[in-house]
Parts: sequence; C-alpha cells; structure tokens
Amino acid sequence: MNNLNVAKIQLNGDPYEINLGTNLNELLNKLKIQKNKVAIEVNGEIVERNKYPSLILNTDDRVEIVHFIGGG
Amino acid sequence: MEDVFTIANRNFKSRLIVGTGKYKNFEETANSVKASGADIVTVAVRRVNILNKDEPLLMDYLDPKSITYLPNTAGCYSSEEALRTLRLARELGGWRLVKLEVLGDKKTLYPNMIETIKSTEVLVKEGFEVMVYCTDDPILSKKIEDAGACAIMPLGAPIGSGLGIQNKTNIKLIKNQSSVPVIVDAGVGTASDATIAMELGCDGVLINTAIAEAKNPVMMAESMKHAVLAGRKAFRAERMKKREFASASSPQKNLI
Repeated sequence: MNNLNVAKIQLNGDPYEINLGTNLNELLNKLKIQKNKVAIEVNGEIVERNKYPSLILNTDDRVEIVHFIGGG
Repeated sequence: MEDVFTIANRNFKSRLIVGTGKYKNFEETANSVKASGADIVTVAVRRVNILNKDEPLLMDYLDPKSITYLPNTAGCYSSEEALRTLRLARELGGWRLVKLEVLGDKKTLYPNMIETIKSTEVLVKEGFEVMVYCTDDPILSKKIEDAGACAIMPLGAPIGSGLGIQNKTNIKLIKNQSSVPVIVDAGVGTASDATIAMELGCDGVLINTAIAEAKNPVMMAESMKHAVLAGRKAFRAERMKKREFASASSPQKNLI
C-alpha cells in the first residue's frame, strides 16, 4: 500500500514522511528550524546551504540535521 | 609587556578555555562562561531534536559572534566519526578552528593516538586549524605537532576525573619541546590544579567538569579565571630557587 504522494525518508535515524517533491528548505520550514543554525547531511554527504532549494528528497534518503549543543 | 595568547594566528585575552557541557541549563552555562572570562568555549555537534522544536538553543545563550565556538569531537571513537563531525561543524558555523579528540575506550576516555594522528593529518590537509587532545606522552605529542596541529592539548588526568595533573614532568617536557601552544585539557578538579598547569609554563587550560560540577559553578568559574591568571603571572615572574634550609626574611643585623 504505497502512497504515491509521499516520500519515506530517514530523518535523524527515525522514519519520517514528507510530500513527494519536498526540498531541504521546505523540510526545514516544516520542522520550524532556522537554516543558519544547523548543518545537513543527505546520504552521508554534507549539503551546502545554497543547495537546499534544489535538493529534492526521495524515499530512503537518510537526512541528518545537526546543531551545536553544550560539550566539553 | 603584554602577554598575548595566540592560537593559529588569532589572539585571545584569556588563557582559560571552558567547556559548555554538564550544566543544569543554558542560563547557568552562560553565567559561568561569563564569570570565567573565557574567550573560547568548546561545543559539541549533535542531532537536532525533531520532536521538540521549542527546545532552547545554546546559540541563543552564547552568541558565536562575541565568543569563539570551538567545535569538538567528543564521543567519537574513530577517525571517520571525528572527521564527519568536524566537517559538519565547519558547514554549520564556518569555523576552521576545531578541537579534535578521538577516544580509545569508554572507561578511561583516553585518546586513541593512532586514530588521532591520522585524523589530524587529514584535517590539516582539508584546511582546518586543529587543536588536538592527546596523551601526556612527549613522543606522541611531537607526532601531533609534526602532523600540523595548531595546539597540543595533553590531558592532566582522565576527562571528568578532577584528579589534577598526574604527570607534571611530562607536561613540562611537552611544553618545553613544542613550538605550538600547549593547553592542559582534562583532569583539572579545582583552582590550584589550573594554577599548577600555568606555573609549569603551559599556554592555557581547558576546563569543563570542575566548573559545571562545583556546587556553585559561577563562583568556581570566577575562581578558575583567577587561578589561571595567578599561575601565568607566577610563571612569568620566574619563581625563587628552592633551598634545603631556612633563609630568614628579616635582617639579621642590629638585633636588639
């Protein structure tokens, strides 16, 4: 039962569904994350911020969104 | 005479670098950092919590424009993990100055020096300025310098142990043979430990747990600031020679 309008990605290690054709900018907007406070990897490759609008996510893509936290 | 602290051609006022982990909340972190007078703070790179988007952010409490963020690789046990983390950190903030630590095991959190040296070489080639957490071994720390590290950061004692500097002889050997700054990283438990590091001639000290786990972290942060200043001044003033016997402080002539 595949929903054709949905892409099933792995987001920070967990399954996550997005509309087909969603780009990284739209994903961040949906998650209410400011893009200047994070870095993103898709399938193990770092994506530069200016590439977010052109990177469309597909089913099985592994997306990692990271930020700075306290650490020693 | 001004006493400037320079790492990778950048000048800093304070020789105390502080970590930002283990605090109760970001408010306490920010207040402690402020009290410490540090110009550099270490930070970790982790996944964003997707489920809780209202979670406060470190950047909202410590402005990366007014304090130098030093991204670390804490928690990395292989060269691959460490490199991945620092490449993400560079993309995140545009920082080239980073702290590398590749750990060997969970019990000691001792650095895996083979992986550390390998990672340093790769990072230097990629244009990073790498401050390297390492063992207090003079031979290996020389290898780190040869690999292109911009600062050598030998441990005083295991991370978070608060045991103080266990091998002063080695720390001094490392300092005296190095042409890049030597910063004692890990092991400081209280103010006197930080002072000792500076009296040995080290260029700086990195402290996290000793401040964060003090009952009053803000007060301890201030104490560490003074400890580092005191140790540095004592080193620069060049201490007196030790004697076997007493030497009276008051004149011995014209006694009544």
